[in-house]
Amino acid sequence: MARIAGIDLPKFKKIKIALTYIYGIGNTTALQILEAADIDPEKKARDLTDEEITNIRTEIGDIKVEGELRSEVQLNIKRLMDIGCYRGIRHRKGLPLRGQRTRTNARQRKGKRKTVAGKKKAVK
Amino acid sequence: MARSLKKGPYVSYKLQKKIDALNESGKKKLIKTWSRASVISPDFVGHTVAVHNGNKFIPVYVTENMVGHKFGEFSPTRNFKGHSSKKLK
Repeated sequence: MARIAGIDLPKFKKIKIALTYIYGIGNTTALQILEAADIDPEKKARDLTDEEITNIRTEIGDIKVEGELRSEVQLNIKRLMDIGCYRGIRHRKGLPLRGQRTRTNARQRKGKRKTVAGKKKAVK
Repeated sequence: MARSLKKGPYVSYKLQKKIDALNESGKKKLIKTWSRASVISPDFVGHTVAVHNGNKFIPVYVTENMVGHKFGEFSPTRNFKGHSSKKLK
């Protein structure tokens, strides 16, 4: 099946959706790629000819995707942590960076709730 | 919203004056500043700046990677030491 940038594209989805399975390609980029490669975005992924797949590959060649993009993001985060700025410290502690509240919520950054034992309700 | 490019990055003019004097004489001296909003420009690389955090001055050694950040980012204003382990009765 069509293998682009080290990712198997889902066969039964439209190609404009299938391309978004690649890390670094969203709806907008997918449509831009297809327009540049002159392919109908509504076509199913399995109906693509070999030639069309090669076209998509060459178009994606100019974009940072998958491993390359991941490592770039990691490097950016590492830079923040190394210089010891506020955002870097928040990265180290696993807390939100942009001033959101942490008294409640912020579960995306903090992960699953860790219940603290022995915390009783206030007596009146 | 981002600052207008026309104005250029903000550096407190007093701080700029001090750093210019240091660069001219080639000396390294601790500069105290309250101006946490000032952007770190390439002039500051290699110097140590003591940035006020509301309580005391935190010495910040400026490296090349820090250019473009602001001084306040390197001088935390809150100091969370962790929760108390057990409530005292």
